Amino acid sequence: MSQATDTDVREDGIIESVSGPVVTARDLDARMNDVVYVGSEGLMGEVIEIEGNITTIQVYEETSGVSPGEPVEGTGSPLSVDLGPGMLDAIYDGVQRPLDVLEEKMGSAFLDRGVDAPGIDLEKTWEFTPEVEEGDEVEAGDIVGTVPETPSIDHKVMVPPDSEGGEVVAIESGNFNVEETVVELDSGEEIQMHQEWPVRQQRPTVEKETPTEPLISGQRVLDGLFPIAKGGTAAIPGPFGSGKTVTQHQLAKWADADIVVYVGCGERGNEMTEVIEDFPELEDPTTGNALMDRTCLIANTSNMPVAARESCVYTGITIAEYFRDMGYDVALMADSTSRWAEAMREISSRLEEMPGEEGYPAYLSARLSEFYERAGYFENINGTEGSVSVIGAVSPPGGDFSEPVTQNTLRIVKTFWALDADLAERRHFPSINWNESYSLYRDQLDPWFEENVRADWPETRQWAIDTLDEEAELQEIVQLVGKDALPEDQQLTLEIARYLREAWLQQNAFHDVDTFCEPEKTYRIMDAAKTYNDAAFEALDAGVPVEEITDIDAAPRLNRIGVQEDWDEYIDELEDDIESQLRELY
Amino acid sequence: MKEYQTITEISGPLVFVETDEPVGYDDIVEIELSDGETRRGQVLESASDYVAIQVFEGTEGIDRDASVRFLGETMKMPVTEDLLGRVMDGTGQPIDGGPEIVPDERRDIVGEAINPYSREYPEEFIQTGVSAIDGMNTLVRGQKLPIFSASGLPHNDLALQIARQATVPEEEEGDDDEGSEFAVIFGAMGITAEEANEFMDDFERTGALERSVVFMNLADDPAVERTITPRLALTTAEYLAFEKDYHVLVILTDMTNYCEALREIGAAREEVPGRRGYPGYMYTDLAQLYERAGRIEGREGSVTQLPILTMPGDDDTHPIPDLTGYITEGQIYIDRDLNSQGIQPPINVLPSLSRLMDDGIGEGLTRADHADVKDQIFAAYAEGEDLRDLVNIVGREALSELDNKYLDFADRFEEEFVDQGTDTARSIDETLELGWDLLSMLPKDALNRIDEDLIEEHYREDETAETVEAEA
Ligand SMILES: Nc1ncnc2c1ncn2[C@@H]1O[C@H](COP(=O)(O)OP(=O)(O)OP(=O)(O)O)[C@@H](O)[C@H]1O
Ligand SMILES: [Mg+2]
Repeated sequence: MSQATDTDVREDGIIESVSGPVVTARDLDARMNDVVYVGSEGLMGEVIEIEGNITTIQVYEETSGVSPGEPVEGTGSPLSVDLGPGMLDAIYDGVQRPLDVLEEKMGSAFLDRGVDAPGIDLEKTWEFTPEVEEGDEVEAGDIVGTVPETPSIDHKVMVPPDSEGGEVVAIESGNFNVEETVVELDSGEEIQMHQEWPVRQQRPTVEKETPTEPLISGQRVLDGLFPIAKGGTAAIPGPFGSGKTVTQHQLAKWADADIVVYVGCGERGNEMTEVIEDFPELEDPTTGNALMDRTCLIANTSNMPVAARESCVYTGITIAEYFRDMGYDVALMADSTSRWAEAMREISSRLEEMPGEEGYPAYLSARLSEFYERAGYFENINGTEGSVSVIGAVSPPGGDFSEPVTQNTLRIVKTFWALDADLAERRHFPSINWNESYSLYRDQLDPWFEENVRADWPETRQWAIDTLDEEAELQEIVQLVGKDALPEDQQLTLEIARYLREAWLQQNAFHDVDTFCEPEKTYRIMDAAKTYNDAAFEALDAGVPVEEITDIDAAPRLNRIGVQEDWDEYIDELEDDIESQLRELY
Repeated sequence: MKEYQTITEISGPLVFVETDEPVGYDDIVEIELSDGETRRGQVLESASDYVAIQVFEGTEGIDRDASVRFLGETMKMPVTEDLLGRVMDGTGQPIDGGPEIVPDERRDIVGEAINPYSREYPEEFIQTGVSAIDGMNTLVRGQKLPIFSASGLPHNDLALQIARQATVPEEEEGDDDEGSEFAVIFGAMGITAEEANEFMDDFERTGALERSVVFMNLADDPAVERTITPRLALTTAEYLAFEKDYHVLVILTDMTNYCEALREIGAAREEVPGRRGYPGYMYTDLAQLYERAGRIEGREGSVTQLPILTMPGDDDTHPIPDLTGYITEGQIYIDRDLNSQGIQPPINVLPSLSRLMDDGIGEGLTRADHADVKDQIFAAYAEGEDLRDLVNIVGREALSELDNKYLDFADRFEEEFVDQGTDTARSIDETLELGWDLLSMLPKDALNRIDEDLIEEHYREDETAETVEAEA
């Protein structure tokens, strides 16, 4: 978080009342959304309402012991993030304070209060290589140099979006810290690697474009049936324990984004620890470097102050936009957006605002759309193209999707991954319900899959969808009369559909090999099931009884493809065996 | 310290006082009644000229003449290792007639959040001796794993069984464990005197009291007091775990009573209620309790939580179990049907879950075959459960041979694997071997969740032979 250093307008006010995270102050001269320091300990807060002489502040730290009469200091600047090299491989709280720095400063494993720290290390030096020369004209957003931030990512140093631009009069390569000037313009403007940007304001772009490339997740059910585009939006609603976090972690690990911003919003501490411990050990499937090298973590867990939970999604998306401006594809996961909405509700109710549906503030829907609108595939102001994909988990009370946060989210996002408690209970993972889920990107992404995986990707997928649909219908009958009462061809369809579910849709996130599945393998497993299907129906037509067809010992091997490292050969062999074993029956 | 006699309003558990000096939010208050009795409370809202106070022991008998003193500090718990073996009431006052407690430190009971960066991921297997937990929903040190129960079910027996039997199997030549002892903290909120006796008798009978600290808020104690009892318990737990290297198991019962108390305070404050009248901040409030479980990098001890809650109307979508499930790392369901069938402990493994299991089991931790065996049992039991509905309609004869085996599997799983009684402690080896006994009822190629090598190693060839013979 910015320290708001450049401000000398320090207008003091006096605390009037304290109620949990909401404090009111008298005589404070501040603007909406300004950062203020509250009480004698200087707790960080943000102005959220101004009425007459009374200013209402949400405080990002615990307020126990704070009393009326203590001072409030204005900083004159809105809640902003520090942008520059040093954000990757970092872990922040909801207002971008680095948690490792806090641990060191506080000298404790517990979060004390009244301690601030800049979001990026101001002293560390970086090797700056110019991309422009003296005499070049530069404008807002233009890339003037690069810094090797991590082995995976070159950080692009850009002219701030609110700059007037001008002619470069001085630039040189060398090692600089983020506050040293690296470029001077003829206007006298000096450009540093460090920028600030207010979190509640979208960073400017030229235009939003229609996304045409999938964000490959390495998860068969997603890539195969419900793909999300680079620059797309997705929601994962589901009751507790249904797999939201595991899915988000899987995306953070395996999605083919350049940068991942993972926002743990009001969820468990141990889940963040898991990421911190696992990611440095895991290899990015695209670059081969440690996954942490492309990751920025924001952890405002459920027991951390609720106001900082409200702001953590904004902190996250602003960082994402900054990397997008460099021309990168960024994926942001927010787990869980419901906790963010609840934080809004909690603050709103302390303000005694008129509640809307289920106590949520009337502006819930507007805030959700503003947030998801910041996703997209963009032409940036410097001419590069970049994207921000947003995947939000939703935690509906009682698992009931009709509640306001789920409903308002579904009105905005284009991909819906519906988690299902029944599937989770029978340990069908990922427990994404294939009948309820959808992706509105499917058609616009098909050309990519045809070109980059297989030309018949759409047809094969359609076959799989039809088979699963038919199974759903047949299951209703089976519930009443039992499987054996069905005609033979329908019994066979049920068997094929079972393999589609077990071999293709199911995927074990905790298995070293199965955890990631490249699109080619996704295609081939689906196609292997189809091979069995086609050969089996031929056998059935030739008069072979269905029990014999389903009894061939090659078939169960379909379920083991997922865990095979050399799946290509395994599938070749398996398809041969299936066909020859069926041929032998007639 | 200024004393006020300016109470302006008394409403439910709340007292409003006019003040002329600033009072800290959350500060502790003493209210002296005209008959000399003192009650304690806490500042819920502080404005420049008045404060709202929540009175722990209830407002009965308080009048305008009562005098109010603000102690200028937030609620503290005096902590020391000598608390082990002691019994206190729900506000932390000793009720066992023992010596005065000389604190080592006084700690704020609200507790600060553990920095997520400083946590260590929990992955040490705790053997509870209960197969349905160890085999299927493994508990690890530093986890928060609630028991979802309902009225009239034996959740207390299960909690006691776990407290009695829990051990961490020694790692080979394990030397990192020296000095870490096991302690139990028991926080009771609104339980009946009878239930309390059940716990105390068991603690005394087994000698567990020596390594326990007990906080008792009973059903007839003031409801508001319940909001501090778990905080006292957890403050003590953190002290013992992170200062004194104990592995602490915290049993909190009944969280439902705790939540009712929150609702009562919310209603008295005329807050906008959330779902079913519970406060909108209940998720945050519960998280501030449950998230106090865990391990910390560089510290020996750990805090493991086993909260118990009774689901109103056996409904797990009720806000209390629902919000709990969203915060804790899994849950264990106690099942009414299994209980009436006489299965002890009546744990329904299907909806139960331990989210920290995957990292706590496997080679070197439990056994190499553990994960696969668990997955296969879940799949087979779920299949059998499904078929039970169908069999009621079409009869067993209409089902295939394999389906019949699944039905038998489900029955034997409940009768042999789950039903072990409250006094049996099974080692993880015994649990997994039992799992293989049952799985071997099924044909080999139905075991599609188990690695082929493991099947070769463990599958009981004769077992199927037996069933085949029996059928012949
Ligand atoms: N793809 C998967 N492969 C294997 N196991 C899975 C998978 N997805 C989920 N699980 C299992 O389900 C459990 C619960 O998943 P997860 O923690 O993601 O739930 P959640 O929806 O985030 O719940 P909550 O809302 O309470 O946070 C995991 O601990 C894991 O055991
Ligand atoms: Mg989750």
